[in-house]
Amino acid sequence: MKDSEHLIRLAAVFAGGLLFFVVIRSFFVPSSFGLYGHYRADAIKDVAALQVVHAGHEACEGCHSDVADLKNKGKHAHVNCEACHGPQGQHANDPMSVKPPLPDPAKLCVTCHEANAAKPRSFPQIVAKDHAGDVACNTCHVPHNPRIGDAPAPAHSEVKK
Amino acid sequence: MQIPVDGFMYPNEIELQWSVLIVLYPFLTGLVAGAFILASLERVFRVEEVKPTYRLALLTALAFLLVAPLPLQLHLGHPERSFEMYLTPHRSSAMAMFGFVYLWYLMAVLLLEIWLDYRKDIVVMARANSGWKKRLYRVLALGSDNISEAALAVDNHAGWIVTVVGIPSAFLLHGYVGFIFGSVKANPWWSTPLMPVVFLFSAIVSGIAAVMLLYMFTGSRRHRLDTRCVDTIARYLFYAFIIDFSLEMLDLIHRIYEADESFRSLDFMVHSRLYTSHVVIQILCGTVLPIGLLALTQVLHLSEKVRLRTYAVAGVLTLIGIFAMRWNVVIGGQLFSKSFLGYTTYKMGFATREGLLTAIVLVLMPLGILWGLIKLLPPWSDDESLPV
Ligand code: HEC
Ligand code: HEC
Ligand code: HEC
Ligand code: HEC
Repeated sequence: MKDSEHLIRLAAVFAGGLLFFVVIRSFFVPSSFGLYGHYRADAIKDVAALQVVHAGHEACEGCHSDVADLKNKGKHAHVNCEACHGPQGQHANDPMSVKPPLPDPAKLCVTCHEANAAKPRSFPQIVAKDHAGDVACNTCHVPHNPRIGDAPAPAHSEVKK
Repeated sequence: MQIPVDGFMYPNEIELQWSVLIVLYPFLTGLVAGAFILASLERVFRVEEVKPTYRLALLTALAFLLVAPLPLQLHLGHPERSFEMYLTPHRSSAMAMFGFVYLWYLMAVLLLEIWLDYRKDIVVMARANSGWKKRLYRVLALGSDNISEAALAVDNHAGWIVTVVGIPSAFLLHGYVGFIFGSVKANPWWSTPLMPVVFLFSAIVSGIAAVMLLYMFTGSRRHRLDTRCVDTIARYLFYAFIIDFSLEMLDLIHRIYEADESFRSLDFMVHSRLYTSHVVIQILCGTVLPIGLLALTQVLHLSEKVRLRTYAVAGVLTLIGIFAMRWNVVIGGQLFSKSFLGYTTYKMGFATREGLLTAIVLVLMPLGILWGLIKLLPPWSDDESLPV
């Protein structure tokens, strides 16, 4: 027994380490951890408290019925307003003080329509450089009803001015 | 920075996610497992010839094991979060469970074995030194001063048990690394049940080569070089390498014969982007050549000097070859598209968080730690040491 005393010391060190770990663990693991699954249950409350950034297309359509009517007749009928305009929850709550910036067609349209072999063949794709060169897409296409001939003249904002 | 792509890649495949640091990680753990297995040979199978490297191998394993998680930490960022893996482990994640394999191996195997083996020396050094050194060694000895015959016999017995537990642990440690790759179903370059076995044997090969080189390198300056010992280690290296090579060839033949839907794509990759690192560096320079050199030393009667030089060259080539093997697994597995229609390129940064410079520092760091460990716990007894 006397000759294995050092092993007992070693075991004590390990036991001490283990105890330290258990204490640390009870200290660091959030109390709501594991309530529903392998995560901190309070995280749900935190997430729920976050401000909603998207309003959803029904909200937009209530006020912008002209745009909605135009869009719903065209090829972009199933493309959500906020897919192009970005999250506009704040604008929908308070349209007078929060005014959304208009998307720049030169950047916007190609994110979906630039040709890429990974896209389904049935999806309309163009090589922007060959198709339009430097001319803005909305010179010819109406963003809210893009197929040529489906909508009257391009309601281009610069044209309007 | 535009990444050159041939053919078609899915957008999320163009940039490689796993960098050179993830190459380093299995390389470093491989050295740990290999060095430990070499040490265990002496202990469990009582191979007297390799005894002079026993302690060096243990310290090497420790030095590399301490650095092994760093590439992962650097790759993931947020090192403080890695502790959560221990606090709230997720049992379905292979990577998370690896934290426990690592901890087990470090605490329950390596540190224990080193402590038990060195305890006598530590106590002797605590007695011989004074000041802070004495205090340091006393703390290392856990305040115990008992080095009676009986106490040492207890150590020896306990050490033997630790080694016996340690061998499967070392196998587990590195088998696990291979398992993490081998279990990625979606990647045909990785997904094979042979992966853990191949990783394990290549780990043994690299660990033996590293310890042999370290022993020879320190040989001229710190201790008498025991040629018989080097001869024996080189022989083990040769045997282990042959097994490793056969396993890798088995894997290759299997793939060629099976020729599943990924084969043409992978075959093309090996003949184009991966040609230099796979065929030239890994197979020719890093495997066939060192095996050939080692075979020569077994059949020819070379003079001692020539033999040692040959071992050194073979050892260095081996390490390069095993590193290339890790490279080809990790990087190669990300170069081809899962559509099998295209290939991307790996662009390595230099002085970035996951760049070449970081990788070089991470390779040198264990050597620095080893140097410190050798100072603290000299692996050579007085009669082996060179007269000052
Ligand atoms: C409560 C009614 C209301 C809702 C809901 C609403 N808007 Fe508006 N929106 C307005 C009004 C009013 C203006 C004009 C403000 C101005 O001109 O100062 C406007 C302006 C805009 C403009 C800028 C027009 C321009 O010429 O600069 C865009 C773009 C826009 N809305 C998009 C949206 C989108 C997208 C949604 C849905 C997320 C939405 N709106 C929801 C009332 C609304
Ligand atoms: C395909 C993308 C796209 C979708 C989907 C889209 N918009 Fe637009 N929208 C644009 C672009 C681009 C402009 C800017 C046009 C310009 O500068 O001429 C714009 C302009 C506007 C304007 C400014 C006035 C105008 O008519 O030019 C309003 C208001 C607007 N959008 C509301 C909506 C609403 C509401 C919806 C959903 C019903 C919607 N948009 C869906 C791309 C889109
Ligand atoms: C969020 C993705 C998205 C963006 C951004 C977008 N589109 Fe579309 N576009 C679509 C989808 C979806 C369709 C419908 C495809 C279908 O009918 O199969 C479509 C259809 C079209 C068509 C009709 C093609 C045809 O003849 O069938 C044209 C033209 C077009 N878009 C032009 C544009 C222009 C110009 C812009 C920029 C103002 C734009 N799109 C922005 C998704 C997008
Ligand atoms: C100079 C006028 C013009 C400009 C500018 C222009 N388009 Fe078009 N686009 C057309 C015409 C005309 C068609 C229909 C004929 C056709 O299918 O080629 C068309 C067709 C398309 C189609 C449908 C292709 C298909 O396969 O069905 C898409 C998508 C499209 N354009 C997107 C864009 C985008 C994105 C831009 C901006 C980068 C753009 N266009 C700029 C005139 C233009």
